[in-house]
Amino acid sequence: MARVVVDVMPKPEILDPQGKAVLGALPRLGFEGVTEVRQGKRFELEIEGDLTEARLAEVEKMAETLLSNPVIEDYAVRVLDGSEADA
Amino acid sequence: MKVGVVTFPGSLDDADARRAVRIGGHEPVALWHGDHSLRGVDAVILPGGFSYGDYLRCGAIARFAPVMTEVVDAARGGMPVLGICNGFQILCESHLLPGALIRNDHRKFGCLDQRLVLENVRTAWTSAYAAGQEVTIVLKNGEGSFVADEKTLDMLEAEGRVVARYVGNPNGSQRAIAGITNEAGNVVGLMPHPEHAIEELCGPGTDGLGFFTSLGAAGLLSA
Repeated sequence: MARVVVDVMPKPEILDPQGKAVLGALPRLGFEGVTEVRQGKRFELEIEGDLTEARLAEVEKMAETLLSNPVIEDYAVRVLDGSEADA
Repeated sequence: MKVGVVTFPGSLDDADARRAVRIGGHEPVALWHGDHSLRGVDAVILPGGFSYGDYLRCGAIARFAPVMTEVVDAARGGMPVLGICNGFQILCESHLLPGALIRNDHRKFGCLDQRLVLENVRTAWTSAYAAGQEVTIVLKNGEGSFVADEKTLDMLEAEGRVVARYVGNPNGSQRAIAGITNEAGNVVGLMPHPEHAIEELCGPGTDGLGFFTSLGAAGLLSA
């Protein structure tokens, strides 16, 4: 069993109204000094069996096909190591 | 013509779209998201709403609904397909149209009678209008801001594929784009809701009716 994380973020040039809303809320709560907030999504995938190169390539394909929309979002795939996976 | 209207779980405006098809002079046919069949229709409408709860991204799950295999094939083969609001989002997620729709720049759900200019009246869905005609059509969405990269926007402009543009810009859409078409002019995506502007009794008038009477008109796809 392996756990793979896919992080999906709006592309830098794409306006992120949700991030802007969070940025606007922070000073109202007394949190100062934050100059930008970008909001994205994190997917955790549990993969059966050994995480082979082929399986990992398949996760890339999932990220590109469904988890992200490449027109407006970037994605990054990474494998969680033992310590993070147990957290 | 027989015009199919797809109902996805979470579709809201499918009944209104079928009614608009009928008032526009055509025969509405209800299509179901889970069927691999277009039931012999001549055109398809993907209606507004929140298909699959808009989970993940608007239109992202609907794109993979069984019926969409048939819709995508038919669209590539030249069948007229109109995506309204959520339907526009589905067409973008299906890569039948370029770009994407993101959250309105002002972060609020907008619901208003919106002025539009119809720019491309050579599509399967807009031939009943005159080029440059201004119309008022209901706009109601939370994620209606059209975005694409500069190259794509320039291409859409150069090829005359901007179907409708907002007067003013109610949601931060790039270049105030309200609707676009594909190269062939058979696939149109539109954020505003023409099916809510077809009768004097309710809505801002009948300016939306042309989207439904255009179908089958002479000179279709002459572009």
